[in-house]
Amino acid sequence: MNRGFDSLSLTVNGTTVALPVAPGRRLSEVLREDMGLRGTKVGCDAGDCGACTVLIDGAPVCACLTPVAQAAGRAVTTIEGLDMGPLQQAFLRHGAAQCGICTPGMLIAAKALLARVATPTRAEVEEALGGVLCRCTGYSKIIEAILDVATPGTPSPTPAAGHAVGARVARLDGGPKVAGTEVYGADHVPDGALLVRAVRAPDAPMTFALGDIAAWCAAQAGEVQVFTAADVPGENRFGVLPAFADQPVLAEAHVRMRGEAVALVAGEASVIDALDLAGFPVTWQACDDTLVHANRADNILVTGRVARGDLAAGFAAATHLAEGEVSTPYIEHAYIEPEAGVAWLEGGQLVIQACTQAPIMDRDDTARVLGLAPEGVRIIPAAAGGGFGAKLDLTVQPLIGLVTLKTGRAARMVLSRAESMATSTKRHPSKMRARIGADANGRITAMAFDGEFNTGAYASWGPTVAGRVPVHASGPYLVPAYLASASARHSFSPISGAFRGFGVPQATILQEVLYDDLAERIGIDRLAFRRLNALQDGQTTVCGQVLQGVGISACLEALQEPWQAALCRAEEGNAKGGVMRHGVGIASCWYGCGNTGLANPSTIRLGLTAAGRVSLHQGATDIGQGANTVIPQICADALGLPLAAFDLVGPDTALTPDCGKTSASRQTYVTGKAAWLAGQALRAQILSLSNMGADARLALTGQTLVVSDGAGERRIDLAALAPGAQGYALMVEETYDPPTTPLDADGQGAPYAVYGYGAQIAEVSVDSVLGTVKVTRITAAHDLGRVINPLLAEGQVEGGVAQGLGLALMEEYIPGRTENLHDYLIPTTGDMPRIDTIFVEVPDPEGPMGAKGLGEHVLIPTAPAILNAIRHATGARITDLPALPHRVLAAMRKASR
Amino acid sequence: MSPYHRPATLQEALDVLARPGLCIAAGCTDLFPATGARALNGPVLDITAIAGLRGIKAEGDDIRIGATTTWADILRADLPPGFDMLKQAAREVGSVQIQTSGTLAGNICNASPAADGVPCLLALGAEVEIAALLGTRRVPLDAFITGVRQTTLRPGEMVTAIVIPKAQTGGRSRFLKLGTRAYLVISIAMIVARLEIENGHIRTAALAVGACSAVARRLPRQEAALIGGRADAGLVERVEAALITPDLSPIDDIRADANYRAEAAVELIRRAVDDLVTGAGKVAA
Repeated sequence: MNRGFDSLSLTVNGTTVALPVAPGRRLSEVLREDMGLRGTKVGCDAGDCGACTVLIDGAPVCACLTPVAQAAGRAVTTIEGLDMGPLQQAFLRHGAAQCGICTPGMLIAAKALLARVATPTRAEVEEALGGVLCRCTGYSKIIEAILDVATPGTPSPTPAAGHAVGARVARLDGGPKVAGTEVYGADHVPDGALLVRAVRAPDAPMTFALGDIAAWCAAQAGEVQVFTAADVPGENRFGVLPAFADQPVLAEAHVRMRGEAVALVAGEASVIDALDLAGFPVTWQACDDTLVHANRADNILVTGRVARGDLAAGFAAATHLAEGEVSTPYIEHAYIEPEAGVAWLEGGQLVIQACTQAPIMDRDDTARVLGLAPEGVRIIPAAAGGGFGAKLDLTVQPLIGLVTLKTGRAARMVLSRAESMATSTKRHPSKMRARIGADANGRITAMAFDGEFNTGAYASWGPTVAGRVPVHASGPYLVPAYLASASARHSFSPISGAFRGFGVPQATILQEVLYDDLAERIGIDRLAFRRLNALQDGQTTVCGQVLQGVGISACLEALQEPWQAALCRAEEGNAKGGVMRHGVGIASCWYGCGNTGLANPSTIRLGLTAAGRVSLHQGATDIGQGANTVIPQICADALGLPLAAFDLVGPDTALTPDCGKTSASRQTYVTGKAAWLAGQALRAQILSLSNMGADARLALTGQTLVVSDGAGERRIDLAALAPGAQGYALMVEETYDPPTTPLDADGQGAPYAVYGYGAQIAEVSVDSVLGTVKVTRITAAHDLGRVINPLLAEGQVEGGVAQGLGLALMEEYIPGRTENLHDYLIPTTGDMPRIDTIFVEVPDPEGPMGAKGLGEHVLIPTAPAILNAIRHATGARITDLPALPHRVLAAMRKASR
Repeated sequence: MSPYHRPATLQEALDVLARPGLCIAAGCTDLFPATGARALNGPVLDITAIAGLRGIKAEGDDIRIGATTTWADILRADLPPGFDMLKQAAREVGSVQIQTSGTLAGNICNASPAADGVPCLLALGAEVEIAALLGTRRVPLDAFITGVRQTTLRPGEMVTAIVIPKAQTGGRSRFLKLGTRAYLVISIAMIVARLEIENGHIRTAALAVGACSAVARRLPRQEAALIGGRADAGLVERVEAALITPDLSPIDDIRADANYRAEAAVELIRRAVDDLVTGAGKVAA
């Protein structure tokens, strides 16, 4: 409804248009909604993230902070105006785009810099990009790409058949990300789509009563429809773990957390955008409930426990003891894409295209809420502009689905940054204490751990965190006597759910800090102490599982030389005197890939078309981590055809079998293994058809499949084969489910079939008067078994380090207070250290071609390594995270008393 | 829909301003974040098209910074070393994007306790030029900002320039900002120092601290203690917490606690003063 305004003349990417728009409208809105140029992304509407950066007369501005009137008559350049030239090619080549949501802003900011300085220095690049936040990459690859524009290095490889695995292949879905054409949750807008907004609780716990909604609707400037809990046709309850599902889509009479939705308003975008929801007829009443859910006594959702060996005897045998407590705050995922999506009806089926990590779970839960059969809902995951765990849970899906079902019209919803932060899940705040004993020789004899994790208002992944923490809190070490418990406790606060590591990063902070205490007491080098206790092949974990392919020793060994060099650097720095104190820290990690002792299968369908292309039905959502590239790489080598012969299909619940959720570092391993099995199965079919031996080579020339060995050659005309039910000349479908066993009451069993391992060294400089910490270098050694794609794997490490650095030094979500990206701080370009990545390849007997998962364990050692480095530099022991300057200074003083 | 005025002359702007309830908009880097709306709320007077309101020029005994002069304009301007602190602040305001759009006058009108421009302007003795239909007045900056997001700007008035007496721009200057991350950061504390040195001694000293009180403050006691001191490595001995912290009223918030803020301000003053007289030029917060 932009009628009634004089036309403004806008020149965007060289084309001048006259638009009847409100002069005070954000330029970002005009570009996206009025002109359909959705390459410009909106992450915060406050100038905090820079995703909406465009050029006006060559200078970078945030389009969200620019009234369109100020752009009139000037030259606006957006991502759509870039020419896919050397800059964008460099981004592709370097893996600079992961999820890709910040990529348009990064590219535009870089364009402005390169127009000014053809060959910028690293410092100039960092400053030019300082206003664009990225949550995936840790910025390394973005900066390298820009530095590489003037003198392009090695082009991306296009590996031959059988050589895809191990190659630094540029991401196969990278083109649209650097072109700005990728479709995220807010980017697909069918004609006539209604806009949906939610009326949300101002505080909690509260009860509420709805007022005269009809009268309120009638008083609005245009037609508004309102939907409440009474309109929910199915079961008004959802949750990622069916046994614990407890969250209403729309609250019924009382709310358990600030930001909980109680009603939806829907209508034309111009009407809905302009509504003042503060006037919505709802009466709030504070209440003094203390129990969050009536059926969960003492607010305990779940307590997880692992017990092994004789704890008392273990501690009795200890010569040295370390004991301590650590607390960590809520951590926000802070992906740059707030949750968004669109729903519509197609042939009687409800179709939802929204950002997600778990399409099948979305389908089943949304269908139940809406009273539909699962087949009544089709989920087409939009590209996810970052996920890190929070987009495993339903967000907008049931809300827009409800509006579409009720109105018959397409409906879209785009959360604001504040809504996203108030309502999305978080990393669990934790309060943990632990005690670890070691004998005179430095061998660990016993460990006790107890953690309370604030799981917030609803269950979400609280049970998973409570289950994973006791399994992992030992670290990748041999601990003969062990007792660990972790409880997930409700509060009337934001929901804690899944966030890269499911509680393990918190627990590892405490364990690794205490390991430094022990090493000091024993008088042994901190790395040597860890090597002494590192779990070996054939040894038993705290769950009683005997492991093979254990890579922690190899990681620690790889760090031996960097460790000595880092200690020398710190010593030399400190010898110079001055206020800066230099220190080095180390920490290890391990991480079980996939669900904990539960089935979590993936199924891959692979078809050979009559035209001679390979269709890979890949249902794993690529949230930036690289499944769309890594899974085809594995499949290509299993099949024996080049990557270039592959076309990706999906993810889409109508087109792809279930590949489970993108979480728990499981896709490379679990879906990768299914892809490997599918490739092998199709290869076996072809070999059988051609009567050739296992070593035969495959090649596709047009519609002819050529199978050859040293002795002869068979040619299969694919077009001549009768197509199967799915339309393919040849087709296979293979499923893989990790061999695990459920844990018993003592947490004994085989919770995971594959683990990843790693260790990192952090080097820091601490200002001993101001308490500020600068991380100068991270050396990260990770065992991911066979490295499928080193380029993407490095990107995972660098991004994980950035999140770990944020966890250690700056991130703290305070409900109601830091619901924006200027009070909630995540690292910028200028905060990131040099990162040296070392890949250790200890093959896993179970993983595809020996591969292990990577996505989560990369984050785990960073924060404890930094905290250990701060302590090495200054003596300061940080027990309440993050290590803000005033806390560091206070801890230094406490240490020197 | 609310009207949006974007006049080309100051006279037109002042005519429009005579109507009640107008929101004055320039860089919009504070106005837009304050609303979740798709467009600026309320009747708006956008002053960015007014000819002559943008730019920095010398006028008699003053240097005049027009109301729509952006941070990026300040960074590019040819100014004497007394303004270095303002340029350093310009480089640390938000991000390059914010610096392109945001204005110095908007920074003072927004009156945040953590406004990066205010300590610099206090240490330059800045005055605020305010226009209304009935005439123009000039107010010292410390009388213009009266509290957290409070100024003495009256209905019908707008800031047209920041005026800096040349007499208060001598010497060299430094701006130090302390935050929890590198870019796009709100200060825990920030300080500026401007020292004029004559015959090896401090002739004038202008010091100010931001983010440690509701409004940034000059430090008259500490300034007096520096005057006459030898401009060498020993000068820093004259920096004393007792001369600084009584002028501050820091608070505890999510970024730091009050005691830390006060201590950090003293340390930053010490570093800036030392840097200005020893010329190391490498000091950082």
